[in-house]
Amino acid sequence: MTEAVSTDVAIVGAGPIGLFSVFELGLLDMKCHLIDILPKAGGQCAELYPEKPIYDIPGFPIIGGQELVDSLMKQIHPFKPEFHLGEMVDRVEVLGTAERPLFRIGTDADTVIEAKSLFVAAGGGSFQPKKPPLAGLEAYENKSVFYSVRKMEHFRGRRVVVVGGGDSALDWVLNLHPVAKRVALIHRRDAFRAAPHSVNAMRALVAEGKMDFVLGQVTALKGENGQLSALTVRKESGEVYDHGCDDMLPFFGLTMKLGPIADWGLNLHENLIATDTEKFETSVPGIFAVGDINTYPGKLKLILCGFHEAALAAQRAHRYVYPDKKLVFQYTTSSTSLQRKLGVS
Amino acid sequence: MTKITYIDASGRSRTAEAQVGSTVMETALRNSIPGIEAECGGACACATCHVYVADEWTEKVGKPSQMEEDMLDFAFEVRPNSRLSCQIKVTEAIDGLVVTTPGKQG
Repeated sequence: MTEAVSTDVAIVGAGPIGLFSVFELGLLDMKCHLIDILPKAGGQCAELYPEKPIYDIPGFPIIGGQELVDSLMKQIHPFKPEFHLGEMVDRVEVLGTAERPLFRIGTDADTVIEAKSLFVAAGGGSFQPKKPPLAGLEAYENKSVFYSVRKMEHFRGRRVVVVGGGDSALDWVLNLHPVAKRVALIHRRDAFRAAPHSVNAMRALVAEGKMDFVLGQVTALKGENGQLSALTVRKESGEVYDHGCDDMLPFFGLTMKLGPIADWGLNLHENLIATDTEKFETSVPGIFAVGDINTYPGKLKLILCGFHEAALAAQRAHRYVYPDKKLVFQYTTSSTSLQRKLGVS
Repeated sequence: MTKITYIDASGRSRTAEAQVGSTVMETALRNSIPGIEAECGGACACATCHVYVADEWTEKVGKPSQMEEDMLDFAFEVRPNSRLSCQIKVTEAIDGLVVTTPGKQG
């Protein structure tokens, strides 16, 4: 078993609220580890709308999604948070007592973190690949249908069909082309939202007869025992045919799913975690839920509300992390001790 | 008031009153109409508010913009009458609009 890393607070989700939680906890001397399923910090701001302007962050008449994330990363830098990116928390064990809780958090990459408090800042849940609505799909997953490429070697000598028209689809067509027996790209239109050089490289391979491009959509899967033999494709022309293949890689972007959070024993209300409004604590003492993932009477899914929730939750978390210390409320404008922590004094 | 009718994949029809200036997606959410998820909240960034515009309305509603067309690549079973409902603005001209929601959004 992997040795556990010990910390004060583990934060599930590195979106804006998870990041700002590091700040509020850091001011109160609590060290944090963050875990996020995405390979980068920023959550929805960075993944869904990095370029889109946000107009309701106090003090910023306009700020871009990525810009906000970059600012938050700068703001929490003094507290040296540790990130576990590209990992999904799949289990939370409650150890300790209600007064002195201890949590053991495990990820799908076998990271184990022991923390005195847990902040769930998971937004809309974890980003997971969108699965095309094809009958029997589950039986083929991870055998013949893949949403990401972990091992290129798997595809050696196989007939691979990539479905989609974005950068992931184009990148994998180009990367797998030298390895696979034959690569085909199936996309619903003859236009791509991908880097032009990738599109040109793909078109060149098609022109040389080294790969296939099919204008159409996959409507059914054929195969047995989890092994695909063909995809039924409806071409744009209306013609329906079977495209022989061994593996399919669908790239339809990401969607948010609550995922394993549902199994952590927390009180849920319509896929959201119920909290109080005094400290944003869940039904399990020591576990807090902040940002879009929580719900309470009057809840608004706004980034600014999540910031407020993180500040209040941090005050309570202090009691679990430092049960014998008295917490004195201080302002960053006047407290030299806070300023020292921020590295500005 | 403008009325919009949403037909789900099983054929059940629900009609809601829409405010001029809002969107077809917002109207669905405000009226708890299932079949539209709108994960990104209307930023044209997720393709989970995909609808099929009834044939007699496609001309009035118009074609998707380039950005919306790009986003539709992330939707399933896209047809010529596919639109993202967050990008359809409610105007008096679309009073009576009928859209169908797909079997699966994301």
